[in-house]
Amino acid sequence: MFVLVEMVDTVRIPPWQFERKLNDSIAEELNKKLANKVVYNVGLCICLFDITKLEDAYVFPGDGASHTKVHFRYVVFHPFLDEILIGKIKGCSPEGVHVSLGFFDDILIPPESLQQPAKFDEAEQVWVWEYETEEGAHDLYMDTGEEIRFRVVDESFVDTSPTGPSSAEATSSSEELPKKEAPYTLVGSISEPGLGLLSWWTSS
Amino acid sequence: MEVKDANSALLSNYEVFQLLTDLKEQRKESGKNKHNSGQQNLNTITYETLKYISKTPCRHQSPEIVREFLTAMKSHKLTKAEKLQLLNHRPMTAVEIQLMVEESEERLTEEQIEALLHTVTSILPAGPEAEQKKNMDDVTMDEEDPA
Repeated sequence: MFVLVEMVDTVRIPPWQFERKLNDSIAEELNKKLANKVVYNVGLCICLFDITKLEDAYVFPGDGASHTKVHFRYVVFHPFLDEILIGKIKGCSPEGVHVSLGFFDDILIPPESLQQPAKFDEAEQVWVWEYETEEGAHDLYMDTGEEIRFRVVDESFVDTSPTGPSSAEATSSSEELPKKEAPYTLVGSISEPGLGLLSWWTSS
Repeated sequence: MEVKDANSALLSNYEVFQLLTDLKEQRKESGKNKHNSGQQNLNTITYETLKYISKTPCRHQSPEIVREFLTAMKSHKLTKAEKLQLLNHRPMTAVEIQLMVEESEERLTEEQIEALLHTVTSILPAGPEAEQKKNMDDVTMDEEDPA
């Protein structure tokens, strides 16, 4: 579920950090910039893997800091299509089952991709798999905190960079803040044998 | 910032686990004076990712085990992605193998699936929950004897 991404960036080191080793300062700056952030169409950045190349550092007039072009590799969370992952159920809503991996929260399993037939229990706000055997129907609840195995079927990146001031007239101060969209979401599916709560498939 | 290659290599969970553990050791050694608010994101993501991976079987792997696993896998003719999934999840049942290996009914016979399961469970060490379950099974067996 993790990939290595090669990137190039210019890192600015302020003068008061010149006594430190350049590699350490650059590593710290890159981690400060990218760790726990989503890069559009790339994934959720975890931490720096290594620095492959450091080009010459320049000091520009008017700014005492040094600017260095760095080629580096970063560890990024980006599961490939159809990958199997194990997560915890965060909660259920009419939109589907929300799953979390601890470090990544925006995973949704829509109702069509649940084990069929499934129904939403309004009273307990939980999705239920109505499993039928010869004896009758068993209701298997998808409770919060349960571990769930799912397949990644789709991903979507949303560009959350701020828009310009052109819409300033439309939004007045009395309006609510616009809904925050997750920059990176995964869509999962559990409609195959072996997928779903781990407790459904363990042979006891 | 420019992305030169968004997919230059796949990393196994064990590699990420080792990297994050080393990073944590390094930062602990360098002292607490550098823990300014700028490093909070790195702390959060490192902690959460380490917590997640520690609950998987990858925790007990080592470079030799991974190498041994990959050499053993050569004969089964699986794709890189399939081998990576087997390494990360350590499946114990045929159903899990069918999920991770594409078109497993056509590519693998039942004996091959059994052989694959055997290779996986014998080379890769079990996760913390499996060891706990094993201990619990031993305990319940003792309780059943008097009955």
